[in-house]
Amino acid sequence: MSTRRRRDRRVVALLTTRRWALLIVAALVAVVMLVPFYLLVSNAFKTGADYSQRGPLALPEPWTFSAFDRYLGSVDYPRLLTNSVLIAGVVAVVGVAVSMLSAYAIGIGRVRGRTWVVFVLLMATILPQEALIYPLFTGAQAVGLQNSVWSVVIIFIVLQAAFGTYLLSSVLGTFPAELLEAARVDGANRWVILTRIVAPVLRPTMSVLLVFFFVWTWNEFFIPMIMLITPDAQTIPIALAALKGQNTLDVTQLAAASLLSLLPTLVFFFLFQRTLTRGVTAGAVK
Amino acid sequence: MTLISTAPATAPVTEAGRRRRPVTYWAYLVPIGIGFGAIVLVPFAMNLYYSFFDWKGGAAPRTWVGLDNYRELLRDDVFWSSFGNTLYLIVAIAVVPTLIGLLLAALLFDYLGRLFGPRVASVLRASYYLPQILPIAVAGVVWAWILETRDGALNSTLRALGIAGGPDWLGDPDIALRSVMIMLIWLQIGYPVVIFMSALQRVEPELHEAAELDGAGWWRRFRAITVPHIRTDIYVVVLTATIGAMKLFAPILILTKGGPESSTYVPSYFSYRNFFELSRVGYGAASATTLAIVIGLVAAGLIFWQARSMEER
Repeated sequence: MSTRRRRDRRVVALLTTRRWALLIVAALVAVVMLVPFYLLVSNAFKTGADYSQRGPLALPEPWTFSAFDRYLGSVDYPRLLTNSVLIAGVVAVVGVAVSMLSAYAIGIGRVRGRTWVVFVLLMATILPQEALIYPLFTGAQAVGLQNSVWSVVIIFIVLQAAFGTYLLSSVLGTFPAELLEAARVDGANRWVILTRIVAPVLRPTMSVLLVFFFVWTWNEFFIPMIMLITPDAQTIPIALAALKGQNTLDVTQLAAASLLSLLPTLVFFFLFQRTLTRGVTAGAVK
Repeated sequence: MTLISTAPATAPVTEAGRRRRPVTYWAYLVPIGIGFGAIVLVPFAMNLYYSFFDWKGGAAPRTWVGLDNYRELLRDDVFWSSFGNTLYLIVAIAVVPTLIGLLLAALLFDYLGRLFGPRVASVLRASYYLPQILPIAVAGVVWAWILETRDGALNSTLRALGIAGGPDWLGDPDIALRSVMIMLIWLQIGYPVVIFMSALQRVEPELHEAAELDGAGWWRRFRAITVPHIRTDIYVVVLTATIGAMKLFAPILILTKGGPESSTYVPSYFSYRNFFELSRVGYGAASATTLAIVIGLVAAGLIFWQARSMEER
């Protein structure tokens, strides 16, 4: 009896150690994931001399904003921020609207050949952007949009809406028929049904899509890099890559610039995190 | 024949009914239709057209060369090795993160989440996911500096631990691709974790409880219950990540520019360089078209494989 109890106690102890061991493993993975962020923050606030003497791992001594000052002195950050917000914002709003229109035709209108329409649109998300870039580049020149944020806006409205159509039409495919029927009986036409019935019900899903479109467009690299040539037209990430491309040895400035480049997405993401989690669960219509 | 047989089946359309249906639903597809034509369809066709020419771009003369660009691609060692490198990228973006992601998601969801509360699980998940919301340019710049030979963070750490002369992470042709793979695994891991954790919420807990009562250990339950239940999500992650790996561009441009000695060339970078640095637009167009076709075939293959294994179940 007593040996058995002792064995049980040993098993419990073993289980406790195992659960803490697994927590430590999971936490260690998290630490490894976060190390680059730590490096970014600690080195952005160092002086150049501090960095070269004490290396990248130490905390700043003293903490200083000088690296930020150098970066803000070398680029027109407000301009970059405006460009990025304009591009990502317009793409997110118009992209969701266009997705909604086409998903309405596919999911609720059930137009003939809708499977093919969705298939063809999905091809756009599979295609490598390299297979479109040269004609887009020359095309933008032909219509006078070279080096213009609007060329990037138009391109990404279409590319994001292609994906958004696919996503929203599968959600709309399960839209409750009674709601639509009731509206039709009341004499609502298709436009009224879309704007007064379908869109409000789908608001949570649309806001999730909006946040994702914004973040994705903000982070885009290849097409903005090709289309936006001069510093006054560039987005924040493109200006950062350009700074890196100059082979600068000013590491602390690069760290400060990186931090300033990821800050807006981070802020945006945390602001809308509740929308996101709510949206994922609210996908099902009551 | 079809017309005759379907006509009586549909309700007779009265004049009033016809008037009450003014715009067809097709009208709602006009914006995406025009946009898709202008931004995807026409440019893709033009790219294909350019691939049959020898052209330096811009106002330079265009010479029709037929399939010569494609013939040259077949003989171009750099192009072939860039597809070989893509296999490594698929390992780093689709294979490794999916496997690790499955284990981490199951660990967080079934085990740590239950023992230490959902808060712990969600904090851990958020830290795995953080690299995913980073602009790719930032991730590239940070890693280029971590992996820098002389005073990069990694080699400085090694030096602090007493290991002088750490490897030349991005400058040695034998290890540069491996270094890029490490960065990509870091970048990618959060994606499968988040998808799988939300998929795991659909698995009924009773299944696990019943199996546990029958004496099944964690690993057996993981293989017999967890994985089969979220199989569709695994397919989706593998499919999207594989396509992403084949299209990868920004980390290569920022970290290595295809070097050293072309050891980290990838197809998209090959096209970019021919278009914009070597002024060989026709050749670049041919390589981009080839990449598009290869990606299409791989995606179709994966979807077919998924459909078949779903049928088998």
